[in-house]
Parts: sequence; C-alpha cells; structure tokens
Amino acid sequence: MKKRTLSVLLAAVMAAGTLAACSGGSSAPAEKPAEEAAAEETVEEAAPEESAEGAVLNIYCWNDEFKRRMRDHYPGYEDVDATHGKIGDVEVVFNITPNDNNAYQNNLDETLLKQADAADDEKIDIFLIEADYALKYVSTDFAIPVKDLGITDADLADQYKYTQDVVTDSDGNLKALSWQGCPGLMIYSREAAKEVFGTDEPAEIQTKFSDWDAFVASAKVLKDAGYQVVSSVNDTYRVYSNNVTTPWVVDGKINLDENIKKWVDDSKALVDAGYAGTNELWLADWTKGFYPEGKVFAYFGPAWLIDFCMAADTEGSIANAGGWAATEGPQAFNWGGTWICGAAGTDNPTLIADIMRQLTCNEEIMTEIVKQDNDFVNNKPAMEAMAKDETYSDAVLGGQNALPLFCAGADKISMDTVTKYDQACTEEFQKAMKNYFEGKESFEDAYEAFCKAVIVKHPDLTY
Amino acid sequence: MGKAKRGKVVSYNKWGYIFLIPFVTVYLVFQLIPLVSTVYNSFFENYRAGLTQVGPNFIGLKNYATLFTNGDLLIYTKNTVIMWIMGFVPQILMSLLLGAWFSDPSMRLKFQRFFKTVIYLPNLIMASAFAMLFFALFADSGPINSILIGAGILSAPFRFMSNIWSVRGLVAFMNFIMWFGNTTILLMAGMMGIDPNLYEAAQVDGATANQIFFRITLPLLRPILLYVMITSMIGGLQMFDVPQVLTNGTGDPVRSSMTLIMYLNKHLYSKNFGLGGALSVLLFIVTGIFSLIVFRINTRSE
Repeated sequence: MKKRTLSVLLAAVMAAGTLAACSGGSSAPAEKPAEEAAAEETVEEAAPEESAEGAVLNIYCWNDEFKRRMRDHYPGYEDVDATHGKIGDVEVVFNITPNDNNAYQNNLDETLLKQADAADDEKIDIFLIEADYALKYVSTDFAIPVKDLGITDADLADQYKYTQDVVTDSDGNLKALSWQGCPGLMIYSREAAKEVFGTDEPAEIQTKFSDWDAFVASAKVLKDAGYQVVSSVNDTYRVYSNNVTTPWVVDGKINLDENIKKWVDDSKALVDAGYAGTNELWLADWTKGFYPEGKVFAYFGPAWLIDFCMAADTEGSIANAGGWAATEGPQAFNWGGTWICGAAGTDNPTLIADIMRQLTCNEEIMTEIVKQDNDFVNNKPAMEAMAKDETYSDAVLGGQNALPLFCAGADKISMDTVTKYDQACTEEFQKAMKNYFEGKESFEDAYEAFCKAVIVKHPDLTY
Repeated sequence: MGKAKRGKVVSYNKWGYIFLIPFVTVYLVFQLIPLVSTVYNSFFENYRAGLTQVGPNFIGLKNYATLFTNGDLLIYTKNTVIMWIMGFVPQILMSLLLGAWFSDPSMRLKFQRFFKTVIYLPNLIMASAFAMLFFALFADSGPINSILIGAGILSAPFRFMSNIWSVRGLVAFMNFIMWFGNTTILLMAGMMGIDPNLYEAAQVDGATANQIFFRITLPLLRPILLYVMITSMIGGLQMFDVPQVLTNGTGDPVRSSMTLIMYLNKHLYSKNFGLGGALSVLLFIVTGIFSLIVFRINTRSE
C-alpha cells in the first residue's frame, strides 16, 4: 500500500512537471505594444547629435555575407576578428544569428522591442532583412526612412526600381536599401548538357527550355539519360511564385494564386514521371547535385546562389571545376535579396547613411563587387557596362559572362505582390505540397494543412 | 509550565520544515507558479502578429474551442500515443529480460558492469544529436541506403522519411534505444529488492524459471513496474526532440509523426501564449487521465 501511494505521488509530481515545462515563457509580462515603443524612439531620433556619434555600430545579420562586403569594399573598414571590425574610432560589432528555425528574426524582434530601453552602445544600428519578410519590418517604425538619414533621390537614381518598391511602406517611405539585385537564371551542368544534348552553349540549351512544355520534354530526355532535370520541384517554385498576379494574403484571407496552382500541377507531373525529387531546399539530398555524382541537370537561382551556395570552394564540386553555365530558362524570376535597414534609435545615423551610400549607390564600389564576388549589384549603369565588358567572366560558370542574361531578367522583375506573410506561406506551402507530390494525400487535404500551418504562425489570418 | 514542558521534549519538527525549504521554493518558482499562470494564460488572446503584440484580451474558453474545432488535436494525440507504444512495448520486454538475467544469481553473468554501462550509454547522447545522426543515416542518399543497395537487397533507395511507418518506426526505435538501459536499471533495482528466500523456496518446490518469473518476480515487481510505466508514458506524451529533429519540424509524411509538443512548439512561433497555454492544460489533463487508467489497470487485482 505504501509503495502504491509512493508511485501515485511520483506520477503526480511528474505530471505537474509536464505542465510546468510546457508553459515556457508564458508568465513573462506582456510586451510593450510596438507603437508605444516606436513613439518613444521617434522623439529620441528627432535630435540626433551629429557631432558625437556612438562608439559602437551594432549590425544584426544571419551570415557573414554582409561582413565580407564591408571588409572588402567599404573604405576605411578594418577587420578585427570574425564578428568585429573598426571604422575609424567606431567599433563595428556583427551579431550573427543563423536563419534556421527563424532564430534570426526571433532574436532581432526581441532586441528591437527592447531597443527603446537599451543603452546607446547596445542599440541595434543596422539590421538586414530579406525579401520574404521585408514588409514585416518595413511597415513598422523600427526602420528609419532612408530620406531621414539624408539619402536623396539623386543618390538612388541608378538602383533597380523594384528593389525600392519592395521596401517602401504604405506611406511611401523608402525604409531600406540593397546592394544586390536578384534576377534568377537556370544554372545547368555543362557536362550533362554535352552528354545529353550534345552542346553546352547557353543559347542552344535555352531553346530546349524556352517554356514549361519544352522544359518537360527536355526533362524526359534527361531522365532517359539518367539525370534529374532539377534536384527538387521546390527549385522551380520561385520561378512560378515570382510570376503571380495576386498576393498570398488578400484582406486577411489566405489566397492561392493561379500560377502557384500551376506550379503544383506541373510539379506533380514532374514527380509522377520521376523527372524530379521532392527534397526540401538546403538539405543534403538537395545539395547532392552540386557534385557530378548527384546527376542533377539544373538549379534555378540568382547570382548569390551561384557564388555563395553551390560549394564553389569544395574540391570536386561542379562549381569548383567551373562546370556550370547559365541561361534564362522558361520564365524570368527573382529570388531573395538582402536589404540594409537603419534601426530607429540608432546613435550612428551619419555612419549608416555613409555605409548605405557606399555599398548601394557608389558605382565604383559596386563594380568592384561584381568583379571580385560575381554578385549582381543594384546599380543599373554599372551592370549594363559590365554586361558589355568582355574581360569579365565568372569562373564558376566556366568563363561565361552571364550578366547580359541577368540584366535582361532584372528589367522584368516585379514584386508588387509581396506581403509580410510570404515567408511563412512559402515555407509551409512547400512542406505541405511535398505530401501531395509524393501521393500521400490529396491536394485539398494538403492545402488545408498548409492553411492551418500558416495560421498557427500568423493567428491574425483566416482561410 | 509550558516552558518546562518544551524543555523536556526535544522537537525536531522545525528541521523538517527547514530542510523542505529548498524544495518548496524551487517547486513554487519553477513549477507551481508557471503551472497556475499557464492555466490563467489559456483564457486570453495573446500573440504577436509580426512585431505587433495582440492582447492579452480575455476570451474565456475560446482557445479551447479553437483547438477542438480545428480537428488536428486528436490526430496528434493519436500519433504521440502510437509512437510511445511502439517504443515502449519492446523497451519493457527487453528491460524485463535483461533485468531478470542481470539479477539472477544462478546465471553468474560476466562483465555485468560493462554491459550495464553500455546499455545505459545511448541515454547520454543528446536526443537531438541522436536524431540528427539517424536523419543522416536514413536519408535517401544516406549510408543505410547505400549499404542496402550495395548488398543487393534493394534496387532503388528506400525513402525512409517518406513512409509513415518507417518514420514512426525510427522514432520509436530511437526512443527504445535511448531508454531501455534506464528502464533495465530501474527494474533490476526492483528485482534485487525481492527476498531471495522466495526464489529458493520456489526452486525447492520445483518451479520452472518461467513460473518463478511470472508468479514471483512480476507480481512483486508491480510497484516499480507501475512507476516505470507511468513515468515512461508521461515522457512519451511529451515526446518532442526526436521526431522534431528527424522530420525537420514537419512531422511528415502527412503529419503522421507530429506529436502534441511539436504542435505546441509551433504556436510559439507567433508567441501565441493563449493557444499554447490551452494546449498545455489539455495535455496536463490527458496525462492525468492516462496515468489514472494505467494505475487502475495495474492495481485492479489488489
């Protein structure tokens, strides 16, 4: 009997533990409403002391791409260590939180919400954002309009218009600037092209992938030769999703655009025919095609994918051997991009303005970025000049100058349909559709699961 | 008068209370207060939309209504229970067997300490690291598939992560590997507490090993067995890290390996303390009910 009582007691304590463990931060006091916090900051910001600016510049970002741009291209920047640098007397601190599981945004959000109470040297001065969630930040007062930093329309005249439209709030304030444009291309393996189609000439390959019907026809040829046309159907997602006519969310309701539905139908056909897999992006099964053994014909992506993600530094990869080539593919599209935001409450407005001017408006520096890093920069005259420059070539693309193709793509980009929900919608849609592609459930069920998953992330939506 | 009496009888009561202070403080701060505040929070609409805080607004039982009308709750409860049972049944059988062998003096197993350490070792690995490892091993282009194809057993890679039962099986298998050592040690402790005279008496009476096990060991082991079952079930209902990491947070295919805590975790993306709280309270109730059922079944014959 005693033992029995003991076991009940133990069980009860454990059960209580369940609940306690789950409650997590629920006892934390409610956060200050965003508007209130922002209002305080606007007051502070009204009188920036130009003469005595802060000694520390805090930059929030998710990888070292921006740090490398600063190190290599910002005049007067000295590198100290992996997360620190110096500009004159100002110490530059990079707070790098990887994107995985939304960690970057979680960290950024918590810090931004505390921004008003933080000491001057602890405040965020610059934070970086991506296209998929840019509006989440741009539509708040946490980002300073670049006009208030002293950047004029004349400074911005050479930038691609779409890079500004995406980050303009509903009152017409431009809140962030980007040094890159992200028109995407179809990046295919030269070796596979020679083996299957007898040529690796971009113009010739383009005729075989000029629209989606041609794409499917070529996919069949590739399959017969043992290649997958793309590693995963998620590769083509951006090509479709960037050519939509309606946004993901209309009046608080989740909306399925026809072109996204077309992606679903086309992809289902590709998967059923065995032309492509259903792997999630970035995982090992997806990246295997970066190597010849992966037997993947093409990836879809912008300049940053080619030089930053395709394992160009790894011995034995296709990129390392310069084995890729680029062509326009079935449709022009755009993927991603990084924008620089000045954080409200910063004590370094002049320095931020200068960094923005140098990295996103200075044609000379931007040309340098293209030459050194093969990025596609956000400067129309610079890109058009480089596109004609015969001395320029990209080693990863086997010496091809793909810039004319990128430039043509950049002119066609429209990002009128972005919403602040895009990131959640994109991620959840790809996850949910995987089940449909693999034949585990019907499209309707998968779509419902997608809607539910988005609503868990954004309880303010309905479907 | 009173003074004189106190002087004679030395009271140690106060020490009892003093020694209880650390536990009670920790319990209050880290368990009871969060527990009460979770229940309290579950009656509020309280989440963050982007960077804007919504609520907290009192909405009564609406969070509970949302959870029930959504329809996913039952599916996730079912998944959790299935995966727990799949892992628990082999675990308890294996542990009983090993426990009986280890505690049986007539077997005289050699290197007992070594084996006890080895079977406990998997528990020392972080569950998430373990799941990462399995994720890499069983990937479509992973080593297990390479071996199976190389050995001629399969002609094409088996997509472990795209099959409901292989994913659930892997989760159950990992939980089994991680916890059978722990259970063995608990059961062994229970078995060694049984009076050896009983075994000897049974042997003298001519009982077989099976009879001894089922007629003596098992009945006398019941309190420990009950404890093992209930703690394992509570742990099972809280299953999170292994399926979360193995399926990259999706619980796929078709959310068939999505557990209740994974679902709860999803609500934290939007800092949705209202719905999250309601889910926790439900989980608490479900755990309580299951514990009672297990308890009843095991003590019925007494």
